[in-house]
Amino acid sequence: MSAKAVRNLNVQYIATTLSVSCLVAMSGASTVLAQEELNALVWCDHTDTALLEPFETANNVKVNVKEYEGTGAALSIIDQSRPGDWDVLVIDGIDVPRAVEEGILGEIPADALPTADFFPEVVMADNNTLDGKTYAITEKYGYNTISFDKTKVDPEDMKDMANIWSDKYMGRIAIYDYYLPVIGLTALSAGIDTADITEENMPDIRERLLAMKSASKLVGDVVSSQTALATGEVDILVGGGEWVTAVLSAEKPDLDWVIPEQGGLRWSQSIGVMADSDKQELALAFVQYITSPEAQAKLATSSCYWGMPANKLAEEHLSAEQKMALRWDDQAQYLSNSQLYPAPDIDLDDLMQDVWTEMLQN
Amino acid sequence: MNADVSGNDDPRSAWFYVVPALLWTMAFFVVPFAFMAATSFASLVRRKITYTWDLGNYLEFFDKPYLLKGLFVSLEITLAVTFISVVLAYPLAWIIAERVPKRLQRAVLILAILPFWTSYVVRSYSWLLLFSSNGVINNALMGSGIISEPLQLASTTSATIIGFVHFFVMLLTLTIYSNLVQLSPNYKRAAMDLGANTFQTFWHVILPLTLPGIMVGAFLTFVLCIGDYITPQILGGNNELVLPQIIMLQLGRRADIPAAASMSIILMLVVTAVYLLCLRWLKMERT
Repeated sequence: MSAKAVRNLNVQYIATTLSVSCLVAMSGASTVLAQEELNALVWCDHTDTALLEPFETANNVKVNVKEYEGTGAALSIIDQSRPGDWDVLVIDGIDVPRAVEEGILGEIPADALPTADFFPEVVMADNNTLDGKTYAITEKYGYNTISFDKTKVDPEDMKDMANIWSDKYMGRIAIYDYYLPVIGLTALSAGIDTADITEENMPDIRERLLAMKSASKLVGDVVSSQTALATGEVDILVGGGEWVTAVLSAEKPDLDWVIPEQGGLRWSQSIGVMADSDKQELALAFVQYITSPEAQAKLATSSCYWGMPANKLAEEHLSAEQKMALRWDDQAQYLSNSQLYPAPDIDLDDLMQDVWTEMLQN
Repeated sequence: MNADVSGNDDPRSAWFYVVPALLWTMAFFVVPFAFMAATSFASLVRRKITYTWDLGNYLEFFDKPYLLKGLFVSLEITLAVTFISVVLAYPLAWIIAERVPKRLQRAVLILAILPFWTSYVVRSYSWLLLFSSNGVINNALMGSGIISEPLQLASTTSATIIGFVHFFVMLLTLTIYSNLVQLSPNYKRAAMDLGANTFQTFWHVILPLTLPGIMVGAFLTFVLCIGDYITPQILGGNNELVLPQIIMLQLGRRADIPAAASMSIILMLVVTAVYLLCLRWLKMERT
């Protein structure tokens, strides 16, 4: 074959390839144009296909989820994004006022939300509303308390938090690496309510925290602390709760959790619409979907971690085993014996984080 | 004699080749670095970055012992890893270069660096399976009656060092091997002819000539190890934080980019100081 023929063939090949590529790109583009997209900044429990698919199908929308851990990380991501990049935000219930003050969350119509069907204690109007306007809605809650392996630990011991500092369990403890709940639990062990934590009593909490670290084997995030408990690396997880053990209830029935007599911490997560979203209606529809009974049951039993649904009507969509793992019937007692996360101002928050870093480093 | 292999002495054409590299370095190193350096002098006021020119972030780092400790932990781990890796990698590289038949060297080298092909994170988690209380090592020791209670192997600084050494021995083996195979056998023959025994030949001839390969590998190990935070995070159990972990805490928990930038600059200054200390050995060409 001559060089000219080869060159012609190459030109034909390139032209054909470009044409096909353009057609593919155009058909892809038309598909993308036909399907709207919703961008949600979420915790890992919102990423299951089973949770997102019904909403996507019903609304012909693609929900893009980005996971984050810790409000600081979320604020950092938002800070580095363009206005309108994010439509929906899932955030620690305690941090909703902060997100509202910073203009991150927009107002949503209270009458469009199913809060009448919620456990009253977790509606948390003080957090989710400001000046009579609603900015977020609680979607899931649970407890940061003590998780343990009941075959290796005396369950009676776990009812008194003082045993965490005893020699009996030295080196058998993991600490959940999130400063707010663990500092809150440490405060409760010292008889300080989470709402009463101040710069004045932080030195006492610091001492207890450092002593707890000395008695512990590791400090780990969600995955590593859960793995440590599940694999027998440790027998106790401080800061654990149903979110650690319930998801493993079938495979690891020996894992249990308790709210000790000193009390436990109640975590809650809220969902809201971003103030600068261009898709306010679609974002609100997503919030309504997530707080519907069907979606609430799926969110409660997500593959990442379990937690109680805020909507009581989710009960109809949960099996007896799932409700048992979530301790559905004990909620009245648990809700009354738990306190909300500490809500520090910026200065106290900085101090708490300093103490936490010092604890990690010792 | 001018050794211009292209036969083109025009300095303008030399610039033609250099400019893309300069632009690349400017865009992806100099400008980001300048931005990071400027940010390190900023401060976080009410969670907003305020651009100022003060040394607050640096002073805070040296003022808080638990932050400063991160630098010392990093240095301690990195120096230990570098030393152990060199001690293990040199004999391995020497055996491959000197004792393995030429036709098998490539296969042996591939076997030696095989773990490189697996994910870095997976490798670290694999070590966790070995080190955990119910892991292979503790089960073997307890099964054979040597110990009655499991040893704490995971979540320790030692676990971090072992995880790092596993990775960096491969890297060092490659750099030292490439240096050894370039070495003319005449050096060894000449030393032997002059009456040197095997050890003297190695100590006075081979080792000094392969020092550049060792130093290049050691420096790469130092740089990669001191900047890593994944292995300490997985194997160290958050028990002693290295500086990169503390930097990540500033970013992930506090969104304090100025503090993270100042610590990154400090880390970079340490690496620069080590580079300057090693500069005389960091050249591969033999004169």
